[in-house]
Amino acid sequence: MKLAASLAMLVALVWAAAAAGPAVGAQGRPSAAQLESELVCPVCETTLDQSDSPIAERMKAFIRARIAAGDSAKQIEDKLVAQFGPGVLATPSKSGFGLLAWLVPLLAGLVGAVAVALLVRTWARRRAAPVPGRVLDPELERRVDEELARFEG
Amino acid sequence: MARRARLVLQGVAVGLVVLLLGLLVWKLVRSPGGDLAAAADRGDRPRAPVFTLPRLDRSGKLSLASLRGKAVVVNFWASWCIPCKDEAPYLEQVWLDRRAEGVVVLGVDAKDFRSDARGFAGRYDLTYPLAYDGPGATLPSYGVTGFPETYVLDRQGRVVEAFVGSIDSSQEHVRLREAIDRALRS
Repeated sequence: MKLAASLAMLVALVWAAAAAGPAVGAQGRPSAAQLESELVCPVCETTLDQSDSPIAERMKAFIRARIAAGDSAKQIEDKLVAQFGPGVLATPSKSGFGLLAWLVPLLAGLVGAVAVALLVRTWARRRAAPVPGRVLDPELERRVDEELARFEG
Repeated sequence: MARRARLVLQGVAVGLVVLLLGLLVWKLVRSPGGDLAAAADRGDRPRAPVFTLPRLDRSGKLSLASLRGKAVVVNFWASWCIPCKDEAPYLEQVWLDRRAEGVVVLGVDAKDFRSDARGFAGRYDLTYPLAYDGPGATLPSYGVTGFPETYVLDRQGRVVEAFVGSIDSSQEHVRLREAIDRALRS
């Protein structure tokens, strides 16, 4: 039961991380800083906020211009993907082939957790089970009890 | 039965580890095409990877294979690349001077905004064919690591000469002219 609850919590956490929406600022408008941390410079392959290469600067200017024009974060990301391909996203997309990048670690974690749980249960049962052929002879047991009583008395 | 199942599972696990190690070694050893320029320098004439890309200068697509039979000067560039600005007028001149001989200058704009690339082409009055490769998908197969890079292909689509960097000195101009001559003779 505890195992099931833990697994459910793990699934919920990973799912929440995967389903997190695109960068939105305090006023409901996309945040340039957030977008720059989620998009990759196609030349230096670091996030835009880590790069000052000419193309990164150009992309930052594009992001600010599109925010000013009223685009949503998703629209800006889509426009950049249309120009530079899906590699411009720092995290894989949550649909199509990109979804695998989210699901595979989740499934691997689940399989690992189940395997560990099964192993622990098997080991616990093995330890609790009486060892056959190791039952104490009644006569010997009586003598041990007598010796113990004398020792304690 | 349990023992057999365990053996099978162990076999699968070992197989997976071996597969992953194999992939790692393959990735480390495999050359993404970066030897193209080195092979051309040795005079090997390696076959140029073919590609089909959307055109920048008009609608439709442009296939490198469709230019077979001509000497092709493939120039990888981007509008934000400063040395590209230095060589663009010279490449335009080469195109105008030698197109009648069967020479095609083909510009491949990569890792760039389409609108910026069109602005660049307009600013430098480029009339040679231009293709657009925003994600830079063609770059690894040629081993392009920076801009500009230029490859001269012969009539069979083999690399005669590679230029890493701008073709902006008289020495480089002579080298390009001689490479085009060799490409036309093939």
